[in-house]
Amino acid sequence: MNVGKQIEEGLLTKNPVAVQLLGLCTALAVTTSLLNGLGMGLCVLVVLTLSNGLLSALGPYLPERIHMVSAVVVTASLGGVADLIVQAFFPDLAGNLGLFLPLMAVTCVLLSGAGVYAYENGVASAVLEGLCRGLGYTLVLVLVGVIRELLGKGSFGEGLLNSGRGFQVFPAQFAAGGLVHPVGGFLVLACVIAAVQGFLARPKKAARRKETVRR
Amino acid sequence: MKEYADLKLTVASSPHVGSPVGTRALMMDVLVALTPALCMAVFFFGPRALALTAVSVVGCEIFEALYRILLKKPVSGGDLSAAVTGVLLAFVCPVTIPYWTILIGDFFAIVVVKQLFGGLGKNFLNPALAGRAFLALCYLPEMTVWVRPGTKFWLGLTASAADAVSAATPMADLHNGLLPWLGTSGVRLHDMFYGNVGGCMGEVSALALLFGGGYLILRGVIHPRIPTTYLGTVALLAFLFPRVGSAEDWMLAQLLSGGLMLGAFFMATDYVTSPCTPWGEVLFGVGCGLLTVFLRSFGGSAEGVSYAILLMNACVPLLEKYTQPKRYGASRGWQRKARKEGEHHGKG
Repeated sequence: MNVGKQIEEGLLTKNPVAVQLLGLCTALAVTTSLLNGLGMGLCVLVVLTLSNGLLSALGPYLPERIHMVSAVVVTASLGGVADLIVQAFFPDLAGNLGLFLPLMAVTCVLLSGAGVYAYENGVASAVLEGLCRGLGYTLVLVLVGVIRELLGKGSFGEGLLNSGRGFQVFPAQFAAGGLVHPVGGFLVLACVIAAVQGFLARPKKAARRKETVRR
Repeated sequence: MKEYADLKLTVASSPHVGSPVGTRALMMDVLVALTPALCMAVFFFGPRALALTAVSVVGCEIFEALYRILLKKPVSGGDLSAAVTGVLLAFVCPVTIPYWTILIGDFFAIVVVKQLFGGLGKNFLNPALAGRAFLALCYLPEMTVWVRPGTKFWLGLTASAADAVSAATPMADLHNGLLPWLGTSGVRLHDMFYGNVGGCMGEVSALALLFGGGYLILRGVIHPRIPTTYLGTVALLAFLFPRVGSAEDWMLAQLLSGGLMLGAFFMATDYVTSPCTPWGEVLFGVGCGLLTVFLRSFGGSAEGVSYAILLMNACVPLLEKYTQPKRYGASRGWQRKARKEGEHHGKG
């Protein structure tokens, strides 16, 4: 079990959103603020970790041909539980996330690859995998949410920090309100993906340059 | 052996015959062609129009240079293309727009639309129009203040509300199905021709823009195909389907109002974002005209030129692919086969 590699892959080199482009629908739709991005990310993180652990533990007792079905059943059940918990304890967040909260199970099935990793590895490794991929997902959602909230409303952490009022970084009059609209989600997410890809491509480019010099 | 080692061989892709006319000279011609419209803007809206244009130009050049320095790319500021973007973006903004808003538009146009896609020649949208679309999306109140021409604006940081006597634009009348001289704006046809109407700074004077466009065509900077097909399509559709009044009146009002002249001569003819095949240019112009009329008639906002051109910009690769001229000596079937093979290899 290579912990460092798993963390690096989940957070950066195989980041589910920025590199593998999975779960884009939620990443575009709910990331209007830090609160929404963080809320959605944490829900997915918890469901993904638990379902990966459960599937890994159940794997040996399940026939091979119902692996995918059971992955969907387990993830959907956990997603339903998370949906009800958020609705009960964080009604504002549930209102903001809207349809994407009950659809969380879909995102989790996508991110876990329908449990392929969990079935083939031990419980500890599967839990870590779920944790890392969930963290990678959360990281991108929080980043996009912060950028859109900051540039689109001029505030930071509204509904979460400073007893719910958030911090007004600059007057809302100067804010580019369009970034909070769906089109802003596309713009900001594309920029984040481009930045991550550019960062990942850098060492390769340097190595290539070195190689040409050697020739 | 030594001679071969010292020999510098340049390996370059075609074309191998250079032209003395570079980007800088072409952009200089475009800037010259835009001068009459700038003069009319200053004449109708006061020195603030000139100051806004200057701020926009400087902003564009600085953003371009900063981006290229920060990313350690060769600095390309000398080619004046950023200056043209700056002038065009200022021209499609109202004169009351605050300086900071236009700088945000410059940033979006130069950094996000042009440089992030690889710089001059690689952007798939017209930077100035994309900048305008972004400003209209984010700062709609600032972008839709239409003042009566003749209200002189000095260089104040924000145009004060007292100065801004808002006026209905001919565009709004047309959108509501009224001829401007019978509608709320009360603008007569010859005022629309000279530019004595409310609207964006550089788009009001059809006369000045026709002068500039004619200069560009005479100098060979642009080919008349796109402007003629664009304006022709709008004129034909307006003539055939007038919403009110006589067909000629409706056609002339449609042609002379809004950003149509500016768009047809200076935006749709942008080398980078228009097709390079003759039939592609024709289809591009017709498409722009159709979309402009549809957006003006059925769209949510009064004007549709900028979105029409942006949408057609996105279609350019497709247009170029299907309008490739027949290669000399090649049969049609062979050409089609070659294109299919290109598709097969993933090179459209």
